Amino acid sequence: MFVYVLKRIGLALITLVLLSMIIFFAGQVLPGNAGRAILGPFASQQAVMTLDHKLGVDRPLVVQYWSWISGLVQGRLGTSYQFQAPVSSFLFPALGRSLKLAAFAFVIVVPLSILGGIIAALNRGRGVDRFISTTSLSLSTVPEFVSGVVLIVLFAIDLKVLPVTASAPPSSPFLTQLRYLILPAIPLVFILFGYIARMARAGTIEALDSDYVRTATLKGLPRWVVIRRHVLRNSLLPTITVIATQTGYLIGGLVVVERLFTYPGIGTLILTAADDKDFPMLEAGVLFIGIVYLTATLIADILYTVLNPRIRLGSAE
Amino acid sequence: MTAPVKPVAPAVAAAPTGADDASAVGAAGALDVSVKRVRLEQLRQLAHSKSFLIGSVILLWWVVCAIFGPMFVPYNATATSILSTNLSPSAAHWFGTNNVGEDVFSRVIVGARDILEIAPLATLLGTVLGTTIGLAQGYLRGVFDMVVGRIVDAALSLPTVIVAFIFVVAVGPSTLTLVMVIGFVFSLIIARTVRTAVLQERELDYLAAARLRDESVPHVMFVEILPNVLGPIIVEFTVRLGYAIFTIATLSFLGFGVQLPTPDWGADVASNYQYLAAGYWWETLFPALAIASLVIAINLIGDSIEAVLIQ
Repeated sequence: MFVYVLKRIGLALITLVLLSMIIFFAGQVLPGNAGRAILGPFASQQAVMTLDHKLGVDRPLVVQYWSWISGLVQGRLGTSYQFQAPVSSFLFPALGRSLKLAAFAFVIVVPLSILGGIIAALNRGRGVDRFISTTSLSLSTVPEFVSGVVLIVLFAIDLKVLPVTASAPPSSPFLTQLRYLILPAIPLVFILFGYIARMARAGTIEALDSDYVRTATLKGLPRWVVIRRHVLRNSLLPTITVIATQTGYLIGGLVVVERLFTYPGIGTLILTAADDKDFPMLEAGVLFIGIVYLTATLIADILYTVLNPRIRLGSAE
Repeated sequence: MTAPVKPVAPAVAAAPTGADDASAVGAAGALDVSVKRVRLEQLRQLAHSKSFLIGSVILLWWVVCAIFGPMFVPYNATATSILSTNLSPSAAHWFGTNNVGEDVFSRVIVGARDILEIAPLATLLGTVLGTTIGLAQGYLRGVFDMVVGRIVDAALSLPTVIVAFIFVVAVGPSTLTLVMVIGFVFSLIIARTVRTAVLQERELDYLAAARLRDESVPHVMFVEILPNVLGPIIVEFTVRLGYAIFTIATLSFLGFGVQLPTPDWGADVASNYQYLAAGYWWETLFPALAIASLVIAINLIGDSIEAVLIQ
């Protein structure tokens, strides 16, 4: 198993390097001339060349990529074009705020969707099952800003029970901050609910149909003991993987939700960077989204192996 | 995602894979008939599916709006008027007017056009490209499969919206950019599904026979394998079409999709939602509901096609 974990980490690192190349290509090569992009079409050629030299974008691409990536490894994320300050001083606070919102959405969605999936599975084929499956699938296909708008109209404007923005006034107590995060979290919950519930339902149905559950039932165990001891333990395992893969998606959803609710997280950061053509900020922001995703899937894969006795014991022999 | 990748069940190709059977040569005619019968039966099932019918009616409505909308809307969708801004819904303006005095109803109707043009084109490009890549990966295996597989993994470790977004930022938003970028990102996702389906076909006798006959690689890929993995590809197409709408609407909302003053639902939400707090809900809510109805319709259609093809 140790070998497997090492191999998995190696693969994640290769993916990360490739990802950094893709981002570098999109951020540095495709826009063409950075100086021209910043100064606009009417700046003199002289000014553009001076700026290019100052930014270091007149060097060969390989050199540029190397200096970017070696800086990253040493923790230097570069200097923001727009603010003339280190990218990291903006990136990490923003990332922290985004993770707060994401964690809040997760805390709501994980128990809720697993419960929904299990209820659907236990009532397989009945009205409850169809209702949960159809509603959750429909909700998960609607873009976050669409459900966000409907929620704002309903809860912030019509009923006036929740605030329109996500940022609580500075130094407000923790519970107040959470209250501001409720509306922004719900669109994220909508999207994730469908996928996690679907996996939990499939896993539960598979466990329900298995021989060991039939044996447990036949030997006279009460139904809830069968469900708790034999069904849930086995059905939740694949659900873990889905939860982790959705982390990456969740951060994508944050970009949209943060804009709609004017929340200063990583999404707002990269959108602003894109508007300002602040490529170092944009590239670092996008790369960190990728890093968070890769870490989450890595942890999920390892957790899955550790939790699954068939793999754990199988490789120990 | 990776925009969430919907799990697509393995290919259970509706067409019998009996072409490998030596005796089937004489029965080729009969085979054709049975394939036709299966297809007819599938269409019959679709026609009886409630969600397919509901989805189709909604989609048809928006297609009619996209094509003929400009002819029957009450106002010019881009005619601004300083005298009638932010009017609430009334008999004259069913959905009210927005902050520059445009008629929201007219913009919602005409706004179907761009998204219904870009999404199918992008999805088609993604499907054709992705099918080709996936067929090659699954059939050729080896170094090619490994290298492409890694690149796919890397690109898919970012949410689709963000991958599309950095490329659109890099080359500037236009209809062509949106089609190319979304088509390319989707091709990676579709390649993954097609590859899995091809791997299941790979060990079957009909491919061994084709290899023994010394058929060329493109012939094997497109003539022998492709018809047998068509089921999952069709399902992928409908699923991706839903996500294409999702992605385009989102990019427009973020300001990197369809550009104003062209009527577009995502862009209209973006340019009006800041007036929500002032109570002008109609200029944002109606375009938002239009997006919701379209994505839900396409997903209803996709789900029913999946249920019929893969059972």
